[in-house]
This record gives sequence, structure tokens and C-alpha cells, in this order.
Amino acid sequence: MEQNKKTFAIKGIHCASCVAIIEGSLKKVDGISSAIVNLATEKATVTYDPSKVTDEKLSSAISNVGYIALLDEEVKTEDEEQKEKLKDLRSLRTKVIISLGLGALILWGAFPGLMETSPMILRNFWVQFILATPVQFWAGFTFYRAALSAIKHRTANMDTLVVIGTTVAYAYSVFVILFPHLVQKIGIEPMPYFDTTVIIIGLILLGRYFEAKAKAGTSEAIKKLIGLQAKTARVMRDGKEIDLPISEVIIGDIIRVRPGEKIPVDGIIIEGESSIDESMITGESIPTDKTKGDVVVGATMNKTGTFTFKATKIGGETMLAQIIKLVQEAQGSKAPIQRLADLVSSYFVPVVIMLAILTFAIWYIFGPAPTLLFAILNTVAVLIIACPCAMGLATPTAIMVGTGKGAEHGILIKDAESLEIAHKINTIIFDKTGTLTKGEPEVTDIVSIDKTISSDELLKLAGSIEKGSEHSLAEAIVKKAEEEKLILIKVEKFQAIPGHGVEGFIDGKRIVFGNKRLMDKEGIDISSALSGITEMENNGKTVMMIGRENKLIGFIAVADIIKESAREGLIALQKLGIETVMITGDNQRTANAIGQKLGIARILAEVLPDQKEKEVRKIQAEGKVVAMVGDGINDAPALAAADVGIAMGSGTDVAIEAADITLINKDLRSVAAAIVLSKKTMRTIRQNLFWAFGYNVILIPVAMGALYPLFHILLNPIFASVAMATSSISVVGNSLWLKKKNIV
Amino acid sequence: MNIDQIMVIVISILGIGFTYWFFLGKKDKEVEVSGSVDIIVDGGYTPEVISIPKGKTTKLTFIRKDPTACLEEIVLGDFKIRKQLPLNQKVEIDLSPVKSGEFTYTCGMGMYHGKIIVK
Repeated sequence: MEQNKKTFAIKGIHCASCVAIIEGSLKKVDGISSAIVNLATEKATVTYDPSKVTDEKLSSAISNVGYIALLDEEVKTEDEEQKEKLKDLRSLRTKVIISLGLGALILWGAFPGLMETSPMILRNFWVQFILATPVQFWAGFTFYRAALSAIKHRTANMDTLVVIGTTVAYAYSVFVILFPHLVQKIGIEPMPYFDTTVIIIGLILLGRYFEAKAKAGTSEAIKKLIGLQAKTARVMRDGKEIDLPISEVIIGDIIRVRPGEKIPVDGIIIEGESSIDESMITGESIPTDKTKGDVVVGATMNKTGTFTFKATKIGGETMLAQIIKLVQEAQGSKAPIQRLADLVSSYFVPVVIMLAILTFAIWYIFGPAPTLLFAILNTVAVLIIACPCAMGLATPTAIMVGTGKGAEHGILIKDAESLEIAHKINTIIFDKTGTLTKGEPEVTDIVSIDKTISSDELLKLAGSIEKGSEHSLAEAIVKKAEEEKLILIKVEKFQAIPGHGVEGFIDGKRIVFGNKRLMDKEGIDISSALSGITEMENNGKTVMMIGRENKLIGFIAVADIIKESAREGLIALQKLGIETVMITGDNQRTANAIGQKLGIARILAEVLPDQKEKEVRKIQAEGKVVAMVGDGINDAPALAAADVGIAMGSGTDVAIEAADITLINKDLRSVAAAIVLSKKTMRTIRQNLFWAFGYNVILIPVAMGALYPLFHILLNPIFASVAMATSSISVVGNSLWLKKKNIV
Repeated sequence: MNIDQIMVIVISILGIGFTYWFFLGKKDKEVEVSGSVDIIVDGGYTPEVISIPKGKTTKLTFIRKDPTACLEEIVLGDFKIRKQLPLNQKVEIDLSPVKSGEFTYTCGMGMYHGKIIVK
């Protein structure tokens, strides 16, 4: 039996008994197998047989017991959430404008020096009262609401402070205009402080408005990534091309992509070729040429050609989805540096309230006359100046911007902790094969000794004879010959001589191709070329000689090519003062040769794969903070052992378990970029924390009146609210500033 | 010292004591959860302290009823989760802890706290 599931909102639910009534009524309908009503969300979830149950039946089952089913109301999409946020922002802006507008009018009528220019009506206290009251309770409602619900949980927050502070000032002002004689009797001029409370509310709301806007900027990277997703795919189904929403694409679908279109999901090209811009995923700005058999990544842009590909990864498995997940996880993780701020902020507000009470008592008892007025104003200043938000925002906003910026450059950071440790790295170990080098040997030199034979002919002979061999070096030679578009010749009597090379007949002539041992065995004299051969070997190359009819005619050198980005990447690290180490299974001579080319002084050669982890630990034991850079597959234990494991991305897998940082752009310069990013993010966090702590530690005592005995300086509550509002905005602003900083 | 000053001292001491007791002296009531739990977000988290079993998946469903901007995000830092909580909507989070211990969860700015005890 087919079962459908539907969730919809119900209007009118207000108590637990409603839940039971609606569930009972729904379950009575024939075809409904389960009905769950949630009081908190005011929604029902029904599992039913669609052949028996219609929307009308559902609706009438609910209306029969006195409620309304909102069956057509769709679950809110990202877009609607965005709209809701914008609506909230707009209403916040209205409140700010009205509060500050009314505040300005009151201030005009109340501020000494300014009030003389104001119309008489504004100087009337009752008019000020009428202007202030809507701000206090309408614009300020959000503070009251939040403070009250927090009180129910016996917690206090920022809103609690604002509520106590402004309510004290407002209540005092109302008392003054109701009983001016009483106030006068104790020696205080009966002046209300409506301007103070209204402007404080206006400014704090203004601060929140800017903060909300700025905070949206910190999560921009994720939004951008989500926005990269293609909406539809042109899929071949039943011999026809149809446009399908991306959610309906299945693995194995054949998808056509035309020039200028986005590639919808990950897959492998089966026909055609094109140049593909992958900058949005890898940060690499130069388009990559791809052809049959190459991997394409969803959300990248097809530039020139048309091709078809087979979908291999869809939905949450695609590279983009993995990247989004990884960045989201990193942004949700906590940096160790945040712990102190967390600890402080959990005690902060109650402590400020206690300090405010203390301030009141001290000023009332020891302060100058009128003591009550000073006590009230300073208490309000203490409550308003305190800014716990800045402390809470200091670390996470910087982490969000930092990890987002990394993702834009193809640097995926697993969590905040990795980002934090990365700035302390002073030694980086590179795995050689596949990391510093391409991992595939290539022909580097073709040297002809016989003047009558060109290097192309030599390569043709070598390629022809190696065609039948399965050795990895042979592959490099055949590939080179194919690249040069040489036509290979048929070989007769081909034979491989293990450990030596190959032999065979081409055009009736006997050809041997292999190492020195083969030449010795064949009795071929190589003395004329020996110096050149030795030099190449000293450069880390493998040299193979070719003999025809027992005479040396030339030699070909093959080497694992160093990646283009390696040299620059290493220089960048050395500039940062980081020691570089190379680890490899190669023999010492080859390893030294490559190390020398790259400028790496410390070489760990002849290390077996399972020994790499041990070597990492040895260097850590020297007191170094070590990062290990590898492919993440063969060297996973070494990556995990290092303080920070950095993996070069491979294919479409980004979630390399052992890696703390994954470089999806495979660019070695990104290693330095990741460290620079970590250093800059950490600096931003430290600045933020210093500012947030320093701000509170210095200004709370000032608001309490610490400077009064010596300098007669007191903090006006209005200035306190200006400082408070600026404080959290400046923290978020400083984090956003990180976006503009250069990391490469 | 005048009578009013003495009164201010007494009331202040009581006020400070009350503030301390009310906000910092509260005992967390632990709710044992197996399978799934709804956590209402309204001026804090209800239930605030939950205990969940190690090695099993527990579904936490957060429902935010409080429009305060502070509460619009939930952060379970130890589990690397930071999520937006749209108003009056269920947000489900599956936890499959492998380590036992106490883990706090907070709002986006670290002002509101809850605790997850993994046993």
C-alpha cells in the first residue's frame, strides 16, 4: 500500500487537550495510519493512503472539531526566510527612526543651552512624557519581551540590562513629573530624564540594526556556495533530452552541457571536450581543458565546447555539497581561544547587575548632593555601557569570515581548532610523490649520440619498443611519443628482460632499451655518454639507454616532474619563517636532487610508507609544531599524527577524514595561504577579544565613577549607549575587514 | 549615618545576594532523553540540561518561539553544528556522540546556555 506523508499547520491550537482532540479526529479518518500534532509548532504530520484520503477529508476532519487546517501553506524556503529577515530589518529601522526622531524632539526641549531655542510645547514635561512613552514600551518592547522570557529561565542577557537601565530612568522621570514637590524637598531640581531613556533605546536599536546587517555579511560565503548550485539539468531519458530539476537527476544519468552552461552534478565526460572554469570551486582562475574520461564537478562553468557526461555523484554527495557541509561544520565549531570569552559571558550580566547595585549604594551614601540623582544616573550608565555581545561575537564572526574566505580560495578548513593551530606551525613536512611532484613520471631529456638519428626518431624507436612493456617508465615514453604524434612501428620478437629492459627487432635491426646493466650485458660501450648520464642521474632522473645493432645511439631520461606551484609555494613558506622538510621512499640520491631543486634542506629519504607517521612524531618531539602535507590517502596516519594535516584534494572527494585542511585547488602555494589566513584570522580574533574585554574592563569602572574623585569625570548614560552600540558593531566590522585582507 | 542610607545598604546587600542566587545559584535540572527530544527556545532552552546515551543517535528538535535576535542561531560547538533557527519552525539535529562527557550548547553569541551530558 502506498503511503504519503504530509505536514501542515493548524490554526487555533492553544493547549495540550487540543492536540489530543485533533489527533483523535484525524485517526478516525479511513486511510490515515498515523497522525501526530505538535503543540509547539502548531503543525500536524499525517501518514496516509493517498487513494483513500484527500485534502478535503483532512480539512473536514479538523474543521469538525473546531480548528482550521492550513493545507496549502508550504514550508518556508530559504528565500522566504530571507524575506522575513528583511521584514524584521525594516521594522527595526522604523523603530530606530521613530525613537531617535522623538528622542531628538525631547532632547531639544530638555537639553540646557539648546532648550532655549525650542518651542515652549517641547519644554513641557507632560509633552515629553507623551513622546517618550511609546518609545519606552513600543520600540522597547523587544527588550522587555526578551528580558522577561530570560528571567523565566533564571538567565540574564543584554536585554535585561537595557530593560533595567531604561526602566529606572523612565520610572524616575515619571515620578518627578507626578510628584515634583517631593523631589524638590530632598534638594533635587525636578527634572525628568525622558531624553536619556528614549535616546538610549533608539541608539541601541540602531546598533542592533547595523549589527544585524553586518552579521549577515559574515555568513555570505556559505550563501554564495549554495547559490552556485545549478537549478536544472538537461538529461537524456528514453532517447530524448529533457530539462529536469537537479533533485530528479539520478546516478548514471547522461547529461548534456552546452557552452556557457553550468555543469549540474559531478560526473565523468563520455563524449566531447571543453574548457571548464572551475574557479568557483577551486579558486583556480585559469580554465581547465577536459575531454573524454575526465572528471567534471557540479556548479563549475562550461566555457567553449558541448559535451555529455555520466552523473556519478548527486545530491549531498557532490563536491559542492561536501564543501558546503565542511564549511558549515567549520563555522559551527568552537575555537579553543573562545573558551575564556564563553566563561566570562556566562557570568557577565549578573555581575554587571550586582555592580550596578553597588554603584547605586556607593553614590547614594558617599556621593555629592543630590545623591539620589547621581546614584540613579550612574547606575543607569553602568547597566547601559556593559556590552556582553561584543565578547560573544568576537571569535565566531572572525571564524566564519576566515573559513568562508578559505573556501573561496580552495582552502577547506575542517574546524575552528585547526584554523587556530595553523598559525603556530613552524615546520611543514611534504610528502614527495604526488604532492611536490605530479606523481607520474615524464620524459625530460632525449639525447641522440648518433648524428644521423634525430631525437624524434630516437623517441619513435623507444616508444615502439616500449609499447609492449608494462613498466611505469615505459608508459611515460609511449605517452611522450603519442604527444609528439609519432607513428609507432611494429616490433618483432619483443622480449622483456626483468630488471634490465626490453629487446626486439625493428625494420630488421636489433634494438635494446634499458639500464646500464642491460648495456653491460649486451657489451655495449657507453663511455662516450657516461658523463651526461651521470649528471642526469645526479639530478634525480632515471636514464635509459638505447642500443641498435650493439651500438649506443642515445638515451632518454625520465623523471617525476615537480609541480609548477611547488617552488613558489616553498619560497612563500620560507618567507614566513617556516622550515620545510621532504619525506619520500626514494633513494637518498634522487631525494637529494629534488630537494636541492626545491630548496628543501631537510630530506627524509628511504622512508617506508608506514614509517612516515613515526618521522612526524620524531619532529614533533623536537618541540616543533608540525604540519604534514600529503595526498590524504597513503599517508593518512602521518596526516592524523601531525598537529595540522593538510591534504591535497583528489578527484571529487573533499572530505578527507585525516585532514584538518584540504586544498581542493591542489596548489602548493595554498599551504602558505592557509597559514597566512590562520595568522590573520587569529590576529582579528585577538583584536576583537582585546577590544571587547578592554572595553568592558575600562568603561564599566568609568561608568561607576572611578574617575570622579580625581577628575570629576562621569559617564553620561547617553554616551554610554553610543559606546555600547559602537562596540559590538566594531567587533563585527573588524571581522568583516578580514574579507578584504590578502592571503596569497 | 541616616536611616535612608542604612536602608540603601541593607537593600543593596539583599539585592546583590538575590541577583547572585537567582542567576548564578540555580541548579540545573537534568532531563534524561532517549531517542528524541523537543527543545523549546524561548528566553533560554527548555529543557536546558539533557542527558543522552553514548553511541546512539538522539534527535534534538529545536523550536524557537522567541523573536530575540540573540537566539536565532544554535551552536553545538563540540559537535561542529551551527544552525539558524527560523521562528516557530522545527530544526532537527541528530547527535551520535562517541565520547562521554558534558558539552554545552549556546546561542550564536554565547549568551544563552544549555548542556548535553553524554553518558
